[in-house]
Parts: sequence; C-alpha cells; structure tokens
Amino acid sequence: MLMATMTPTLEAPPAARRGVWGWLTTTDHKKIGILYGSSASVFFVVGGIEALLIRVQLATPNGEFLSADAYNQMFTMHATTMVFLVIMPAAAAFTNYFLPLLIGARDVAFPRLNALSYWVFLFGGLFLTVSFFLGGAPDGGWFGYAPLSTQVPEVVRMDYWALGLIIIGLASLLASVNFITTIFTMRAPGMTLMRMPVFAWMSLVVNFLLLFSLPIITVGLIQVFLDRNIGTLFFDAANGGDPILWQHLFWLFGHPEVYVLILPAMGIVSEVLPTFARKPLFGRSFVIFSGIAIGFMGFGVWAHHMFTSGLGPVAESAFALTTMFIAVPTGVKIFNWLGTIWGGSLRLNTSMLFSLGFIAMFVIGGLSGVTHAAAPADWQQHDTYYVVAHFHYVLVGGAIFGLISGLYYWWPKITGKLLDERLGKWHFWLMMIGFNLTFAPMHILGLNGMPRRTYRYPEGLGFEFWNAIATIGSFLIGVSMLVLFWNFYRTRRRGEIAGPDPWDGRTLEWSISSPPPEHNFDQIPVVEREDDFWHRKYRTAEDGTAIAIEPPPNMEFERDEDIHLPSPSFYPVLAAAGMFLVVMGLVYVPWGLIAVGAGAVTTLWGLFGWSMEPITREEH
Amino acid sequence: MTEDEATWRRNRRLLMLLVLAAMLVVSACAGTDRLGLESVVSDDIPQNSLNPAGPEARQIDDLWWLVFWIATAVFVVVEAALIYMVVRFRQRKGEDRQVKQVHGNTKLEIIWTILPAVLLTVIAIPTVATLLDLRSAPDPSDNALQIEVIGHQWWWEFSYPEYGFTTANELHIPAGRQVYLTMTSADVIHSFWVPQLAGKRDLVPGRETNLKIEADEPGLFLGQCAEFCGLAHADMRLRVFASTEAEFETWALAQAQPANLPAAGPAADGWETFSAVCASCHTIDGTSAGARLAPNLTHFASRTTFGSATFANEEQHLRQWLADPSSLKPMRPELNDLEVGRVLGMPKLGLTEDQIDGLIALLETLE
Repeated sequence: MLMATMTPTLEAPPAARRGVWGWLTTTDHKKIGILYGSSASVFFVVGGIEALLIRVQLATPNGEFLSADAYNQMFTMHATTMVFLVIMPAAAAFTNYFLPLLIGARDVAFPRLNALSYWVFLFGGLFLTVSFFLGGAPDGGWFGYAPLSTQVPEVVRMDYWALGLIIIGLASLLASVNFITTIFTMRAPGMTLMRMPVFAWMSLVVNFLLLFSLPIITVGLIQVFLDRNIGTLFFDAANGGDPILWQHLFWLFGHPEVYVLILPAMGIVSEVLPTFARKPLFGRSFVIFSGIAIGFMGFGVWAHHMFTSGLGPVAESAFALTTMFIAVPTGVKIFNWLGTIWGGSLRLNTSMLFSLGFIAMFVIGGLSGVTHAAAPADWQQHDTYYVVAHFHYVLVGGAIFGLISGLYYWWPKITGKLLDERLGKWHFWLMMIGFNLTFAPMHILGLNGMPRRTYRYPEGLGFEFWNAIATIGSFLIGVSMLVLFWNFYRTRRRGEIAGPDPWDGRTLEWSISSPPPEHNFDQIPVVEREDDFWHRKYRTAEDGTAIAIEPPPNMEFERDEDIHLPSPSFYPVLAAAGMFLVVMGLVYVPWGLIAVGAGAVTTLWGLFGWSMEPITREEH
Repeated sequence: MTEDEATWRRNRRLLMLLVLAAMLVVSACAGTDRLGLESVVSDDIPQNSLNPAGPEARQIDDLWWLVFWIATAVFVVVEAALIYMVVRFRQRKGEDRQVKQVHGNTKLEIIWTILPAVLLTVIAIPTVATLLDLRSAPDPSDNALQIEVIGHQWWWEFSYPEYGFTTANELHIPAGRQVYLTMTSADVIHSFWVPQLAGKRDLVPGRETNLKIEADEPGLFLGQCAEFCGLAHADMRLRVFASTEAEFETWALAQAQPANLPAAGPAADGWETFSAVCASCHTIDGTSAGARLAPNLTHFASRTTFGSATFANEEQHLRQWLADPSSLKPMRPELNDLEVGRVLGMPKLGLTEDQIDGLIALLETLE
C-alpha cells in the first residue's frame, strides 16, 4: 500500500546503546529520568553538607566555624541547590520516568528536547557548583536582592548565580513545553484528561507555572547581569532605576515556583494514598481542580514576600487577602486526602508513612503560612527564623517527604527490586524526628527575634538553646539519609524481586514489567475509566467493596509491529556543552569572550546537526 | 454486637481520648503563658516579638495571637483526625479487609471549602484593620517626634531634624510619645527592626519608607537589621533607649552641642591623626572633619557601644578596632571607593600604638 511505503518505520526498536555513550546520547524518557534522579541525589548531598555546615556554625553563639564570607556563600548555595538542583530535578525525574507510563505513551513528545533539558540542567548545576573553586560561590542570597546583587561587579560571584539560574531556567522551560505537549497529544486512547492520574495533572499545572513564570525571572536575571557588567541602571536608584522592580520580577516567578516545588509531591501523595488505602482518591475532581486553582492563584500572591518593602497599605491588604484565600484550595486537598484514608485498609509501609508524614508536616507549614498572611504579624516574622521554619515545613516536610514517598513507591518499578522495609522505617522515623527537632525550634527562634542570614549571634539574646537543638536535629536528618543510601546500595545487591505489580497498583505503569521494556507497552493500552488498571483487576460488589476478578487479567500482549522509538542522539549534549562554555566565558569578559564564541559555535553545531538528523536512523 | 461494632467503639474511645489530650495540652498552655513560648524565652530574650513594649508592637501581638489560636485549633483537629484514622484504619497483620470504594461526597466538599473560608475571613478583617491603622501617618495630636534614619553597610545613621544633630546606631526616644521614622538607604536594602517596639520596615535606596514606634516605659530595646545586606549583616545591630521626656530633652540638647577639641595632651595628638586619616569618612561637629561616609563621632563617648551597637564601648575593644577593624567585624574595605561614596567598612589603617593611644584619648573626650 502506498502509505506503508512512505512511512519510514523500523522493524525493531533500535538496540539501546550501552555504557557511557549510551547514557550521553539517550533519548529514552526512562533513562533521562534516572539521570535527573541521580543528579538530584548528588546535588542533594552537596546541599545537605552546606546545610550541616550552616548548623555547625550556628550551634553556639559567636560561632567561629565559618567566616561570615563562607557562611553567606553556604546559605546562598544551600537554597539555590535545594530549590533548583534537588527538588525541581527530582520532580522532573519522576515526571520524565512516569508521565509517559501513567498516560500510556511510549515516550515524551520531543525526546531529543528532553535530553537537551537534562544536559542543560546538569551543566547549569555544575556551573553553579564549580564557582566554589573559582573565587567563591554566590553570596547574595538565592533571591539576589538588588542592589546588593549588583553592588560589587568586580567580584564575579553573583555573575555565576545570575547566569547559572538563566540556563537552569532554560532547561526547565524546554522541559515544560515538552511535558505540556506530551500530556495534550500523547495520551493513550480513552485516556481523557479527567481520567488522567492526579500526578500527571499536577505535572501539567506545574509545567504551565514554569512556562509562564520562568520568562519573568529570566528577564530580571539578564537585567542583573547587565547592571553588573555593562553598566545598565535597571536597579540603581541613584540613576533612576528601582530596586523594588527586582523584587517584583523575582517573586512573580518565586511564588509560582513554590507551587512548582510542592505540586509534584501533592501529585505523588494523591497516587500513594489510594494505593495503600485500597480506595480510590476521595473527591478526585476536587483534588484536580484545587490544584488548578492553586496554579492560577499562585500568580496573584507574590507581593506577600514584600510586606515590609513599602508597597503601601492598599497593596499590602490586597496581597494579604489573596494569600489567605489560597489556603482554601490547599485545605480542600488535605481534607480529600483524609477522606481517602477514611474507611480504608491502610498498609503502613515506608512509602505510605512518608505520604502520611507529608500531610502531618504540610499542615504545619500551611498554617504557619496563614500566620504570615496576616501582614502586620508578618512584619515581625519576615526574614526571621520563623519564616525559615515555615518554608522548611513546606519544602522538606512537604515536597521532600512527598518525593521520598514517591521514591519508595516507584523504586521497584524503576529497578525491579523492592527497597528494604525495615531500613525504610528507620529512615522514616529518624527523618521525622530529626526534621522536627531541626525546624520546630526555629519557629520560636524567629518569634524571639533571630533574623535569617546572620552568620553569628551574640550571647544574651536567648538563642543558644534552640539553636543547639536544631543542630542536633539536622545531624539526625543526615543519619536518616545515610540509611536511605545504604538501602539503595543493599537493595541493588540483594533486594527482593518486585514483579510488575508489587503494590496492587491502580495506574498503568503497574501493568508492565519492572523495569519496563524500552518501548514501555507492548500494546498501547485502551483506557476505559480512571484507575483503569485497578478496574481490570477488581469489580465492585453490591456492598461497595472491591472483589478480585478471577482469573486475574492477562497483561501479556502481543507486541505491536510498528513500534516507533526515538533514536539516540549526540546533539543535545553537544548543544548543552556549548551553553556551558558560553556562560563560563560571560563570567570572565573580556578574555572569556573566546569561550563565548567557541560555546556559541558548539551550540549552533549541535542544533544544526540535530535539525539535519534523520528521525529514525536506518540500521540496515 | 459484631466484631466491627466492638472495634468501632474501642476506636471511638481512642479518638475521644486523643482529642481530649490535645485540648488539655492547648488549654494548659493557653491558661498559663501561651504555650510556654514566653516562659522559655521571656526575661532574657531582649528581641522577643512576643513581649511587646509599645502600642504598635502590641497591636501586632494581639493580631498574632488571634491567628495563632485559630491556626492551633485547626492544627489540633487535623492532626488528631489524621492520627486517629491511621490508628483505626491501619491494616493489622494477616488481615485482608475489603473496603468500600467511596469516590467522594459533594456535601463534604462544600463544607470543607466554606469552613476554612469563614475562618480566614475572621482573620482577614482584623488583619486589614490593623494594617491600615499601623500604616497610617501619625495623628497631629500625637505630637510625634520625627527622626530620619539612613541605613548604611553596616551601620545606622539617625538624624533629629527638630534638634539639628546626627548620631549613629543608638537611638534615643522619649517614652510614651510616638516616634515617626522616615527612612532610606545609602547603599543596599536594610530593614529596621526593634521587635519589642514595632514590626520591621525596609530601608530602600531612592525611596522613603516610614515606621511608627513607641515605647510605653523607659528602657533599653535591642534590634538589628533584618534584610540581608552583605558581609556584616549579622553585626548591623541597633539599640533604642527610651527615657522620660525630660531626660530625653537633656540628652538631645547635649547631642546638639558641637565638640570641644582638647588643646594639648594625648587627645590633641589624637586629633592630629584624626584630621589626617579618619576625617575622610567621619564627622566631628564643630571641627574640620565633616565627611558623612561613616558614623558621626561628635558624641562618641556618650554611646554604650560601637561597630553598629555590636561591641561595648570599652578601651580594649576600641584598641583592637583601631588596629584591625576587620578582626572584630567582617567588612570589605578593600572594595571601598570614596570617590563614588562606596564604603564597605573601615580599613586597616596601619596606625602606630602612639596614634591609637591618641585616638582613644580623643574619643574619650567626645562626650
């Protein structure tokens, strides 16, 4: 037939390349997911060490462990690392690996763009981190308030910060286009949007947030870079610029970013709770729509980070009100999770414990958030340890707990082996106790007048006791992480084989082998309802309980004949490497311009080669 | 009675116990000293925002406790519910319970959307009321004392336009009278924060911001810069001395007097060094030293501290400061550019012992 001769199909999927070259050139969303996850783990260790150094410095009054200079680099890099190089890529790891599996697709919409996103992110992370060895890391805060961030252009540290965030932002921007397109175009037949798993929904919201918010900070960062390097005056008040402009640009990105960090974890929790409660998610559409509402409202609350900046009483009141009312959809989610647990049969394994821990801790972070939505109260709390406590309850007790829950949940799918449950429970309880010891006292410290970002505090202010406790707690968190890494190591060697469906799962990824074949599904599934896989295994009895269908469904399918898989490509990593050279060179203008030129040529070479590359390589 | 019912009863008792325990804890704390926060901290916590010493701070404190108790009630209910459900619905060993596949309940959804909205409205109204009140300009009948504040890396400049003098780092105010600060910054953003007197307010270059503060009683109140402003941010502290109206008046009139330079002795030698070295940044009113890049030292000896209220004004500390300022407080004087007015700290001036002796003698005369 005419059609068949015109379509370049591959008889068999291209053999996955092995070794380092295979990883460098991969366009498989699962391998890219693993790359994101491994990189995030390494950066997590870096950011964790930075945190521990901070805690050692603050353990006693007049700490002399770190200099003020080193301390400022530590807290700037701790935040930058944890936000941009740990939580975001860890969420991207799960989105990469599982979004196509959850919606019944064989890959993402743009596999090579996906590889480019990863490599740009990795080079951006390395670029930020090498600054430690090249004259000092950024030291102006992760928020880089102008004019402090533009004040001393002769010291390059904040150039590393501005350029690093620009290209890491580029990586996320590319990924957001990719994931949005994937969700809108690559869902399996019958997988309507409302049948889509909640994790996929939260990914959709997150990626729209990124798509709309990243350009804003990118503009701001370019302005910072230009103010520092070629004497533009965007933020220079003495010459008509405005430092407050930076705050608006930063937080217009920065607050949606908070939801970028937390929504993937909320998505994970919405998958884990039903699985281990053996019940569907309570109020599924309310959970989805509250996520969408949070996404929209997230763009209308940014100035609550600026209650002390002098916006004027009307603006301050307006943002106090919007901030309070974003608590409503957040509360709806929490109540629906409780509704999911109610009447269930809860399997309290490690993944479930972390999801339950997420609810318990996130409630605290959410409520302390309401206390600074009351703007006058925030005038006391702003920039104190009270705020540090608040956002660690949201980002560690919330985002990180959720991501770890996802890790225990999906690890068997990725590796084919179950993580050890006994070690998992040690991990959970150590982390839970350590986390609360570290961050609960910070509420008190902040209310008692301890400001953030201070490298030392004198005796006699009453900060000694709780700081010591917090430091002990932080090391307990460190120990809990060692247990996790030991669990990874041990499980690799002698973990229990998981099988395709170890949790009696509800979503499509559990219908295929663990780890999944390169082409994911032998046959693209046809979806009839939400939690489709569960409903192939269970029918509902008259009393509303689930009854297993006998015999269990056969999930072995004949493999589709024309499986089309993306070919590996070397060009994404090449284009990304060029960008690394460009930003590296921009730090050291003028002689760095040589690197800028070389990098630009490399990137263009990569993009050109990419555009000329045949879609599927003929292998015969 | 079926086994299900028995379990339910047992669990209901457990739930009631949990809620009761939580309520006991909360009410015990509420009855005595509000969760023990104040007792853990109070007397020895000079920057305690929960221990207000003036009407502005007290208004904020009242709002805080309202929000705190509502939040605590929600916290107790949600966490108790969570713990109860985990205990009640956990799968026991060997148990294979079939559960009802419930998908949702619209009535519940409506309730738990509206209920938080109502609670938030209860918070929102006093929030806006407090905000508008605290942000309003002072009432003329309050006869507020006007003070101008300029933030510098890393010290505070205070000017009293009614009295015509400028001082640094130690603010004196009359107790029981409103004080209206008009603030800006000479370099980067700082934030003025004396927790017992008011919330914080940023000092932004190129802009003017205002803050009302007031102390009920005479006393010493500590504060510090709350917006990260670079290397010595932690050491950008300040002190507020509230005194009676009469004492304040005496102090202010003395501060408005120019300095009397000594004619001879070590202090006169000190002046020679000062005019040659220190005068490029510091002012002593009534002399030729008039630069405003660093604290005004006209009445330095009347201050209890130096280095932005960080070190006691004692000879041994002053000696170390004059010999090597960065050994006491981290600064970046190597990046100073006096032409454009950029000062990131006092440089190591390479003074001899004799010069230091002279300067200390001079400073001691500046009462």
